Amino acid sequence: MGTELHFISANFGKYDTSSIGSYMSIGGFEALRKAVTMDGEDIAKIVAAAKIKGRGGAGYDMGRKWTQARAVKGEHKVVICNADEGEPCTFKDRELIKQDPFNLIEALIIAGWVVGATDAYIYMRAEYACLRQLLLNAIRQAKSYGFLGKNILGKGFDFDIHLYSGAGAYVCGEGTALIRSIEGKAGRPRMKPPFIKVSGLFARPTCVNNVESLSIVPHLLLDQEGVYMHAGTPDSIGTKMVSVAGNVRNPGVFEIPFGTTVRDIVYNLAGGVPEDRQIRLIQFGGASGYIADASILDVPYTYDDLEKAGVNVGTGALLVIDERTSVLDFLTITQDFFSDESCGQCTPCREGNRHMRMLIEKLRRGEADTSDIEKMKKITRIMPMSSLCGLGEGAQHAMIAAMRVFPEVFDVGGAANE
Amino acid sequence: MSKEEKKDMVNLTINNIPVSVPKGTKILQAAAKIGINIPHLCFHPDQRIKAHCRICSVEVTGKRRLLAACSTEVWEGMEVHTDTPIVRDTQIGILQLMLADHDRDCLTCPRNHNCDLQELCSRFNIQVPDFPSVVEHHDPISTNPSIVRNPDKCIKCGRCIRQCKDVQGIEALTYASRSADIRVTTAFDKPMEKTDCVLCGQCTLVCPTGALVEKDDTDRVLDALQDPSKHTIVQIAPSVRVTLGDAFSYKPGEIVTGQMVTALKLLGFDKVFDTNFGADLTIMEEGHELLDRIQNGGTLPMITSCSPGWVNFMEKHFPRCIDHLSSAKSPMSMFGAVAKTYYAEHEKLDPKDIFTVAIMPCTAKKFEAARPEMGRDGYQDVDAVLTTREIIKLIKYVGISFDKLNETEFDSPLGTGSGAGAIFGATGGVMEAALRTVYDKLTGGETMDKLEFHDVRGFDGIKSADVELPGRTVHVAVAHTLKNARKIMEEVQNGTSPYDLIEIMACPGGCIGGGGQPVSTTNAVRQERMKALYELDRKLPIRKSHENPDIQTLYKEYLGEPLSKKAHELLHTTYHKVKKPFDYDK
Repeated sequence: MGTELHFISANFGKYDTSSIGSYMSIGGFEALRKAVTMDGEDIAKIVAAAKIKGRGGAGYDMGRKWTQARAVKGEHKVVICNADEGEPCTFKDRELIKQDPFNLIEALIIAGWVVGATDAYIYMRAEYACLRQLLLNAIRQAKSYGFLGKNILGKGFDFDIHLYSGAGAYVCGEGTALIRSIEGKAGRPRMKPPFIKVSGLFARPTCVNNVESLSIVPHLLLDQEGVYMHAGTPDSIGTKMVSVAGNVRNPGVFEIPFGTTVRDIVYNLAGGVPEDRQIRLIQFGGASGYIADASILDVPYTYDDLEKAGVNVGTGALLVIDERTSVLDFLTITQDFFSDESCGQCTPCREGNRHMRMLIEKLRRGEADTSDIEKMKKITRIMPMSSLCGLGEGAQHAMIAAMRVFPEVFDVGGAANE
Repeated sequence: MSKEEKKDMVNLTINNIPVSVPKGTKILQAAAKIGINIPHLCFHPDQRIKAHCRICSVEVTGKRRLLAACSTEVWEGMEVHTDTPIVRDTQIGILQLMLADHDRDCLTCPRNHNCDLQELCSRFNIQVPDFPSVVEHHDPISTNPSIVRNPDKCIKCGRCIRQCKDVQGIEALTYASRSADIRVTTAFDKPMEKTDCVLCGQCTLVCPTGALVEKDDTDRVLDALQDPSKHTIVQIAPSVRVTLGDAFSYKPGEIVTGQMVTALKLLGFDKVFDTNFGADLTIMEEGHELLDRIQNGGTLPMITSCSPGWVNFMEKHFPRCIDHLSSAKSPMSMFGAVAKTYYAEHEKLDPKDIFTVAIMPCTAKKFEAARPEMGRDGYQDVDAVLTTREIIKLIKYVGISFDKLNETEFDSPLGTGSGAGAIFGATGGVMEAALRTVYDKLTGGETMDKLEFHDVRGFDGIKSADVELPGRTVHVAVAHTLKNARKIMEEVQNGTSPYDLIEIMACPGGCIGGGGQPVSTTNAVRQERMKALYELDRKLPIRKSHENPDIQTLYKEYLGEPLSKKAHELLHTTYHKVKKPFDYDK
């Protein structure tokens, strides 16, 4: 097994990404032409029927998000494409932009049509500077062909797309921080309410979608044979872009039908571990994801099955760590990342990450006692429970899973029985 | 309750106790309604909600995570639990994490016994710190006469930032950096006085800990009090008599003038005088200056100059407009000048042997007193300014049971103030006081029937009125907070201001909400204080500055007429154009 299903990535390599004519020659903008003959609600229903969950990692029901966004009243609604893709080991959006920029533009226009927006912003991570010209060119050409601007396709639909990049903070992938960053403010999350859908970018009703989530839509609208709906499992319909990295022979982005086993992804698609070393652990969904040991290899990659196995789909990243790296080394690196990237506003995340880093260091030095392990556990309880945003909520997921999967790492001796 | 009202009510339970609150209420307020005070630190009743500190996290049935009580609106059927194992674990854990990044030398902290963080530690019975201290020691930053910053005490709650930005529109304070390195600081870490800061002290009023405090001058005052060669004089600002009681279990706005005078005598001051006298003097000079400007084509609108935070703001933010400022000194500085000249001569004292102390609601007053133009012959007119908070400390230091004190009258001759002087402490008060005098002067002695100008009273940010005076309608406006001042000043700067006279107070509510008031000051408390000042005015036999007999004597015996040469020399000042943004001392 281990075969890919190119649905979202169907256009990869099929056209000249710098030419709208080339894109149109393979059927580009047909989905948009179809969309503008449909009621937005019906499009949202198609998305809902496909059970598309937000592919940025949070997994919010996309059809529901669009229906809610439609229902919000407001004159200048905004659609944002979250292309921040800051989760370590996640690089599938980069491929989607790089290999199929026009599909994303088309998807955004459809999103604008569905929710009734006047503007879209693509918030692309600063490190993807190499893709800026590609996207700007795509936007420019779409404009000159009348797919953007006033009265699109004669439907009285005015819509424009703007490209924006921040300064490279991980937390700017979080919706409210992303919005603040576009607004020219420091990229730090804010509390909700007000919810983004009601008062987002420039206080306008805003609908934020991930690159991959959006990219599915044009293909789905033209999917006469129901390829997508028949792929995957009843609860995890369709396909998923996964990015596999770490200690594998063939790291990269693959589009798999849901239900493919983790083993197929790691060994058949990504080529397995070099020199056939043992797998120490796999982290799912980026640095904020949970980890599992090799026992997860035969679990089918679906939302439900992964959750039952103690991990999440998240962004679709799989980081494979082989036996040469210890669990504590891995946790140190993950913790360093969050200790750097916390925005610092809320106490649990700012201080929790700081102390967890110190405690891991103490454990590595062999100086930790049971009270230190208790402190670590306390932090893993407090941070997900009470942090202001998803960063603090997810920062200890790896640690939480490690404590469950590798309890021996945290066994600091007989004192534990006191 | 009408059907309509019922529809807007939300029913929920908190710790299984049913409670019904209006739609939109947050959990924090709903809990307060049934007598539960959910712990909170970054929350401040007068500020936008931040939800940063997370110590108000509570459990809501059906929710995977805890919710912040300060920011979460209640919903129908919501079940809130404020005291479950996970809530306790989380709240105490957050507090412990906060403590690890807080300099815990409470015994020597200016906010000892008056600190929100300390109170929470006491409430949660914190006996042992859980986490090792991560405080990197910094020395307190004490580079100006008004405000001291102690970064080691900062818990990053953001209250000061909100107050500076949302209330004052200054944004001198901001967050810098991120994660564990995040800190509250100024642009480029400059000392506050070298930034857009005007030293109003509103940040010190809302700081829950000792991270932002007034510069303490109590020791200097005690030294002078215990120095037998010094003749010590104290003057007390109009607002302090309705705010001092806060620290001694009085109700907000309670008038404690008599006890205050007694306490100051017990402290050892030789004379206890009233800044209200200075306020009356300010009205005499400022009122005549207005008449002079109106009659002789001077710069209009004329803008009041008694609020030093406002004067600093004008100099820093609207330097091209400083000619609009009245040249009249503030009541405090006029009083100081008179004390060291007229009073000194009267009592046959060498001004160098007089030590004048001003009890002010204000941190910027410390800066004003230190201005080189506020003195002569090598001495300053006001030797020390103590905020309300500092005089509270001195009263406690001496061991005075404030609430048991008898009431004493102010000393003479600088201890009499009119009702007009009393209301200086509230936004709109200076305007009303000025109108009372200007009206009488314009009519040439005919007394106005109308004494109270309700159009300029109250808590609205900007108030305006057209006042019919003999021969001329005077257009006046009153603004408080610097955010509102900026709106007014943009008109003045553009030449589109329709006003003749504008009163501006830097702090919300005027001096009763000043940056040197007790930290219990909130807008609700400000309203009570405001009422008290108008009540004081109503009860006083003399309600117009020019009818104050001691003021009349001062002009007769010493100054001559308002705006006389002598008056100009002692009672008027000049202002500086300060180049923005970072060279305040050039």
